[in-house]
Amino acid sequence: MIWNKEIECMGRQEMRALQSERLIKLVNHVYNNVAFYRKRMDETGVKPSDIQSIDDIVKLPFTYKTDLRDNYPFGLFAVPMKDIVRVHASSGTTGKPTTVGYTKNDIENWREVVARCLTMAGIGADDIMQISYGYGLFTGGLGVHYGAETTGCSVVPISGGNTRRQLQLMSDFGSTVLACTPSYALHLADALAENGYSLADMKLKVGVFGAEPWTENMRLELEKKWGIHAHDIYGLSEVMGPGVANDCTFHTGLHIHEDHFYPEIVHPDTKEPLADGEEGELVFTTLTKEGIPLLRYNTRDLSTLSRETCECGRTSVRMKKITGRSDDMLIIRGVNLFPSQIEHVLLELGETSAHYLLYVDRENNLDTLELKVELDETKLTDTIRDLQNLSRKISHALNSAIGLSVKVTLVEPRTITRSEGKAVRVVDNRKK
Amino acid sequence: MCKFAFLKEIVNLKHNTMTIRQLSVFLENKTGHLNQILSVLAKNNINIIALTVADSSDYGILRAIVSDPEKALQVLRTEQFTVRVHDIFSLEMDAALGSMSKILDLFTAADICIEYVYAFSFGSKSILMIRTDKCDEAVNVIEQNKLKSISEADLK
Repeated sequence: MIWNKEIECMGRQEMRALQSERLIKLVNHVYNNVAFYRKRMDETGVKPSDIQSIDDIVKLPFTYKTDLRDNYPFGLFAVPMKDIVRVHASSGTTGKPTTVGYTKNDIENWREVVARCLTMAGIGADDIMQISYGYGLFTGGLGVHYGAETTGCSVVPISGGNTRRQLQLMSDFGSTVLACTPSYALHLADALAENGYSLADMKLKVGVFGAEPWTENMRLELEKKWGIHAHDIYGLSEVMGPGVANDCTFHTGLHIHEDHFYPEIVHPDTKEPLADGEEGELVFTTLTKEGIPLLRYNTRDLSTLSRETCECGRTSVRMKKITGRSDDMLIIRGVNLFPSQIEHVLLELGETSAHYLLYVDRENNLDTLELKVELDETKLTDTIRDLQNLSRKISHALNSAIGLSVKVTLVEPRTITRSEGKAVRVVDNRKK
Repeated sequence: MCKFAFLKEIVNLKHNTMTIRQLSVFLENKTGHLNQILSVLAKNNINIIALTVADSSDYGILRAIVSDPEKALQVLRTEQFTVRVHDIFSLEMDAALGSMSKILDLFTAADICIEYVYAFSFGSKSILMIRTDKCDEAVNVIEQNKLKSISEADLK
């Protein structure tokens, strides 16, 4: 099934004409309504009139995550707040979160692209969909929710966590679709037996997993463990949220909804555009977004593009499954985390040295974080309790700043290896 | 920071007739780590008079009373150990049944919460180390009940 055949199977020339028309409108819109873009375009020496077709997109300046942070909270919004109907924000209540806003039309477009994704995964009105992405400021839950309702399936908005209840409702309600992060899906599968369930109790057919990078092997493992078809839904809040792209039943890359999100691949160092098939940083221009339209937003996700027609009949450009990033951002249980956020918290507290090492691991398929941080000698007392209070204090501060629980272990001063060049701050054992 | 910053800690004794200086050393849970500290002390001819380790799953604190706390502090810091000095109440106990219990009863009666205690012998003396946050109240208990304090001079 194809949700929007006209768009998803559109001829390439026709699609380029649509993209060109939308890009010209977009560039004029941001130039006239977002001070940041007007300034940046003026600095780059590019005028809205220089943009005549989608090919001219390479003349436009890039946008980075830091630009969203620097303009926190609403500096990049292109419409007055009265036209914004919803706001989402990335993790980080202190430090530097990123905020995005949606107009009524943005929400409608978001519904549409998610509906296309879910249809691509074979989901329809007969399905019961358990949405175990977090609801709230995170785009995962609500983003998938609206699209799921649009397809007509019955939505169970259970949100994340509470494994026992997830399995109970999955069994009692007969959920046929599970939407969550791949690591949580694996965790749920492994928790079946210990909670007294077997696959025979479940009616699950399809999984729509995303919000963190995962490999093809992981996808196959989830298919085997659950006896389902597992699909990768890609997205990021800056660009829209989940629903930017999704893989069809042929699993040969993710179909990008390029009438809304125009993709490019650029070289990680030179930022020069790369040809189809070459790997580089994935860049999106939000062709239709009104609330917070972005020109050439560099996701830092590494991928390649392919414009060959897929066996499913869709003509839309496909991106290779994301396997890595060009910066040091970590994705922990779907939450974006930069090591610099940890540093920020430690320095703000001032209770320890800023020498730390973050260990990322996966226990029972859930990401865990352990922070080793050097004790400051002046904070040493003669009781263990004081040290434990210090660990707890750091742990609390991190939790409220990044929204993740972190085990804090104090280590002796000067024991964390100093680096001559770029400091090694993270040991990610998940990749092994 | 001043190279001799530790001297400030040393001279800042509040009740030096009732307390003994204790070294507190932060110890990560690593094989052979405790012995590294002991060998540094031995190499520098510092005698260990009493020693106890408080431990948690990841680290511990070594508490030690030594023959020369100033020198011990200096050599341990030179060897990059994390160490500080604290004044701990030190009382002599009678060599009689229940003498420790009697002393602790006095503290309990004064509503003084005790963080930790340990005891050791020096020559013919039995010595009780008491750590509490209520220092002024502890001084009162010791004075009012005429408990016999031990000073560092008694350990020479």
